[in-house]
Amino acid sequence: MKPGDRVKLTTSEGTFEGTLLPRPALLSSDITVLKLKTGYNIGIESKKIEKRTVLQEYQTPVPVRAKIVHDPALPTVAILSTGGTIASRVDYRTGGVYADYSAEDFVMMCPELSKIANIKAVKVMSMMSEDAVAADWQKMAEAILESLKTADGVVITHGTDTMHFTSSVLSFLLENLTKPVIITGAQRSIDRGSSDAFMNLMCSIKAAASWDGACVTICMHGTISDDYCTLLRGTKVRKMHTSRRDAFRAINDEPLARVYANGRIEITNQEYPKRHEGKTSLRELDNRVGIITTYPDIEPAIFEEHAKRAKGLIIVATGLGNLPLHNKKTVKQALQKISKKIPLFICSQTLYGRVNPSVYANLRELSIEIGATYLSDMLPETAYAKLMVALTCKNTKEFMKTNIAGEFTTRELDDAFLR
Amino acid sequence: MGETGEIDIAAAQQAMKGKHYLYECNDENACLIDLDEEPPRNMREEALTVAIQVGKLFNAQFVDEVQVMRKTVVDGSNTTGFQRTSLVAMNGTIESKHGPITIPTVILEEDSGRIIKDENERTMFRLDRLGIPLLEISTGPDIHSPDECAEVAEKIGRILRSCNVKRGLGTIRQDVNVSIEGGTRVEIKGAQDLALLPKLVELEALRQENLLEIKKELEKRGVKSIMTQIQDLSSTLSRSQSNVISGALNNKGAVLGIRVQNCKGLIGKEVQPKRRLGTELSDRAKTAASVKGLFHSDELPNYGITDGEIAAITKKLECAPQDAFILVADTKEKSELALRAAIQRLNDAIKGVPKEVRRANEDGTTTFLRMMPGAARLYPETDVLPIRLTKKRIDAIALPELLDHKITRYEKLGLGKDLAELAANSEHASLFETFVKKFNKLKTAYIAEILLTTEKNIRRQFNIAITPNAEDFETLLTALSEEKISKESVLDILKEKKPVKEILGKYALLSDRELELEVKKIVDANKGMPINGRIGKAMQQLRGKASGQKIVELIKKNS
Repeated sequence: MKPGDRVKLTTSEGTFEGTLLPRPALLSSDITVLKLKTGYNIGIESKKIEKRTVLQEYQTPVPVRAKIVHDPALPTVAILSTGGTIASRVDYRTGGVYADYSAEDFVMMCPELSKIANIKAVKVMSMMSEDAVAADWQKMAEAILESLKTADGVVITHGTDTMHFTSSVLSFLLENLTKPVIITGAQRSIDRGSSDAFMNLMCSIKAAASWDGACVTICMHGTISDDYCTLLRGTKVRKMHTSRRDAFRAINDEPLARVYANGRIEITNQEYPKRHEGKTSLRELDNRVGIITTYPDIEPAIFEEHAKRAKGLIIVATGLGNLPLHNKKTVKQALQKISKKIPLFICSQTLYGRVNPSVYANLRELSIEIGATYLSDMLPETAYAKLMVALTCKNTKEFMKTNIAGEFTTRELDDAFLR
Repeated sequence: MGETGEIDIAAAQQAMKGKHYLYECNDENACLIDLDEEPPRNMREEALTVAIQVGKLFNAQFVDEVQVMRKTVVDGSNTTGFQRTSLVAMNGTIESKHGPITIPTVILEEDSGRIIKDENERTMFRLDRLGIPLLEISTGPDIHSPDECAEVAEKIGRILRSCNVKRGLGTIRQDVNVSIEGGTRVEIKGAQDLALLPKLVELEALRQENLLEIKKELEKRGVKSIMTQIQDLSSTLSRSQSNVISGALNNKGAVLGIRVQNCKGLIGKEVQPKRRLGTELSDRAKTAASVKGLFHSDELPNYGITDGEIAAITKKLECAPQDAFILVADTKEKSELALRAAIQRLNDAIKGVPKEVRRANEDGTTTFLRMMPGAARLYPETDVLPIRLTKKRIDAIALPELLDHKITRYEKLGLGKDLAELAANSEHASLFETFVKKFNKLKTAYIAEILLTTEKNIRRQFNIAITPNAEDFETLLTALSEEKISKESVLDILKEKKPVKEILGKYALLSDRELELEVKKIVDANKGMPINGRIGKAMQQLRGKASGQKIVELIKKNS
């Protein structure tokens, strides 16, 4: 008797007929779950079951695959799938949601896609985004480079939790990008009618096919209604809500464009690199980077521990870029020692606004005496991503200070705050 | 798709519509969870307790673990696209005059949003009801007459009202399932009035009989399936005076039509009073394509379509004398969808009675709502953990006092039969019991009257709708019990529609000394008047400030 079988269970209280379901490993194992003919699942105490009869054995269904027809009049877009909620199904073994959709499945699930572009689908990996490691980003970048040879743009489907890490890393890994790379995902799994996956995917494909930009962006819902998606610069974006559809926001930047479900693209910020002829190449990655978020009573040992492994540290400081250098702890001494060996970079926990190396005495001590580099209005996650690439460059500090992929803005406009 | 990967017919049918859904919500009763912007919390303990009480009252058998499911609902009434639902108990019974009626399931689910506006392409829902716990109790196929149906519905209603459930119109809704021999189970939703149930059952039985007759007639005529081609009649009808047709054509739409072989006279056959097979085709077309309706040859000439045009259509569609035809005028895309839905319904007619969910109309007839959903639309709610129902837990839940029992108890407390029934059925019942204990100086019946009848009295007498809360009642009864206000003031106080404690001062009784002074003033000012005139004057001026009896005594004493 195995999950999926149609069975008859006899207990002291009666007889139950239905489909045997798997029991999630994390739940207590003394319950047998049965799907009744009405569709309802019920839990029966296993010890009550006196007799079990298999009525019909489970047969694995044969999936139907969509046939994709090439239309020479349409642009070509490559969908690289990496996993995440947008590619999730209910897992009957765990009762949770797991990632399994391959890119072909997207085309079948959303046939309108084939009216926007010729879709080429590549399953790069299948992971939940929180599990990403540096090698995964390298793999994604290689897949993009390969796809760009024939496609007019690339869409990556991705889990949302660390999507902004990926958008940053790819922004720095892909040197001289000539076409758009659009990362998208879903905050609601595709099994439900209210999923944002369909619109996010449609808008992303549209942007990859016809937007005139050539940079890495995130394309997700702009509001909680199905009004439009926003195209957000890969180095200036962050997931700012645990569950809302419009969780992704541009920070210290204006969204680049709105993409409507009917295919209209409305440019909202002109500052982005345009498509061009040229050759894209890959930079390299070194994952020996640490991020430390400081707090008032932080132990110096935390910096020291990190420095043992890291070749560079991002310190997420308070306010304009402050650290507790003058309380009874010896943070200052620890940092002085560390900075002789590895470079230190300062971002702010406020996320909005830029750090400043000279407004207060503390900041001057940190920048002049200790030699930490202040990263202006760069987001901590972007700094982390950039440092991984910078460590493989000849002059790490110089690379960090150069605007590579729009990670610095020179002027902050009043209406870019909390939007 | 359900866990098994099958597409549910009801879900697929809805998914075709391409409608827009708007949601109306306010901060008082909708949060991010209602908007499907935050995962759900666990099932509400109190709701599960009520479900268990109801299960116990039906002698039902409980599941050992409650599994929360998602039921796919794509009509927009749930922001998620599904309704959370769970089977709590099975195989209960309830006694009726005609013997035991089985209760196969007691299901706890969340209520959906309610429809506020339904236009062709957009539907608006209000979210104030969404997520409120809802019990679904089904009865087995043991009810054999419309009267029995009403009796059982009332009985279940009384059991529910014994538990802590909401009262008022729409809080207890009956979905009636009807099937006759040779027919099919059809579910009718939205009957709010118990009195309508017998008629609904009767008219649905009639509908099924008539549909079976149509089936027989189709068999006789040798119609095995409706195979037909959709044709564009726009040029044939380009000069039509029919508003619907000219409207569609002026809007760059089209008139599409089909020939329906051997069906003349059948589409116009009445299946329920004033509802024909044609009405059923039209219902399906409206739901499938958001069109306003369709025309069929059995109802023409009419609606501005002339004999001449009928001849032209007949010719274009190559209809034989025994054939019927159907027209839809709208955008080409929608007209085509609408006709496909009508063809589908015609093919269902060949088989007899289709499995449908229908909505009750006020006159007892019904309108098509959606296809009957199947088991494939249920799959597990992965965001909520299952809930174990141990014997210990179930045993620990006390049964509520049954309504009949409560009525008898209230009668013993001093209420007349009607008032006792009103009190027991009222949502103020527990407040009533608290007040009876607290205000032992006041008569039980008087407390009940204030709680249960003043609202109605004020609405009738002054046409003012009041909604006093528990605190208002308590302040009022305290003042009455301490003789700080007179009974005569009660209506005046409540009809001000303000918090009672704020305005109570205005209605305070005068002390004996103050009253005597006031009475003397009135007597002095009306010296020439006979004593009854003075009493009238005093009563008018001192209304609510002292008891009438006291005023009369004082006037007599001072005259």
